[in-house]
Amino acid sequence: MKSLAELAELRKKSLDAINMRDGHAHKRVVVGMATCGIAAGARPVMNAFTEELKKRNINDVTVGMTGCMGMCVLEPMVDVYDENGEKITYVKMNPEKVARVVAEHIVNGQPVTEYTIANENL
Amino acid sequence: MVDLSLHLMDIMQNSVVVGSTFVEVGISAEKSRNLLTIYVKDDGWGMSPETVKRVSDPFYTTRSTRKAGLGIPLLTDAAQMAGGEVHIESEAGRGTTVTATFQIDNIDRKPLGDVAETMTASIMGYPDMEFHLILKNEDTEYVFRTEDVREQIGEVPINDIEIISFIRDMLNEQITLIFGGILNEIIS
Repeated sequence: MKSLAELAELRKKSLDAINMRDGHAHKRVVVGMATCGIAAGARPVMNAFTEELKKRNINDVTVGMTGCMGMCVLEPMVDVYDENGEKITYVKMNPEKVARVVAEHIVNGQPVTEYTIANENL
Repeated sequence: MVDLSLHLMDIMQNSVVVGSTFVEVGISAEKSRNLLTIYVKDDGWGMSPETVKRVSDPFYTTRSTRKAGLGIPLLTDAAQMAGGEVHIESEAGRGTTVTATFQIDNIDRKPLGDVAETMTASIMGYPDMEFHLILKNEDTEYVFRTEDVREQIGEVPINDIEIISFIRDMLNEQITLIFGGILNEIIS
């Protein structure tokens, strides 16, 4: 059974990682989490990002959420911002697609174009 | 929404956009009364009595960006289908509490779903806010508070992936512990 006291050990580990990345710009993942996104499966997508980043020991990427991104029919939608603030929008995401976005875009800097909004026939 | 934890997530998002600094989520199972109760309480802007009356109308919203507000209507529908109801208490400037009840054994009651994931996603998304989760099964109670986590982790941000993952595992353990025997009934 986990207890809050165990967090002291995690604190040390996390502090080491924070010190290593201190001062560097980092990528950001933002998941649309309004009613439309939630109903379409945005929460498991967000969870898949945190799980995949943890699995790969990537600790300099933040995962956040925002409200309705304006195209409910394309939810779950995810914006990935690079270190310069450039944004790629992924649409109709699911947990299975997340591993590829993390591997190709977040780790290797190559957006997965087939999942992007530009690839949708609107 | 396929389960109640997604409704909770949706109502919590409403709390965020109305300027709350604190959100409390409660889940109470009373098998003796065949009653499952969930609530979301915040300290946001609150609503006027007129707005509270209209909030179950899917075509009413205070937003100007679009003309629909589906969160409360969907929750009301889910509660009524399972022999329950939604009650909203709100006061302008003081905050809002949305409470929904369900008959545990009602065949149309949605499953509880992944409450731990709802909580950790919200903490991850809004690391500056405080979140509480209160689980009750008859006389047994568990209280989770992000303030207690912050006390342990000091300067480490609460949305650190290792911390979030720990919280999720801890909450899942507590949900199993608190709801024990009736877990299958409310999860399924």
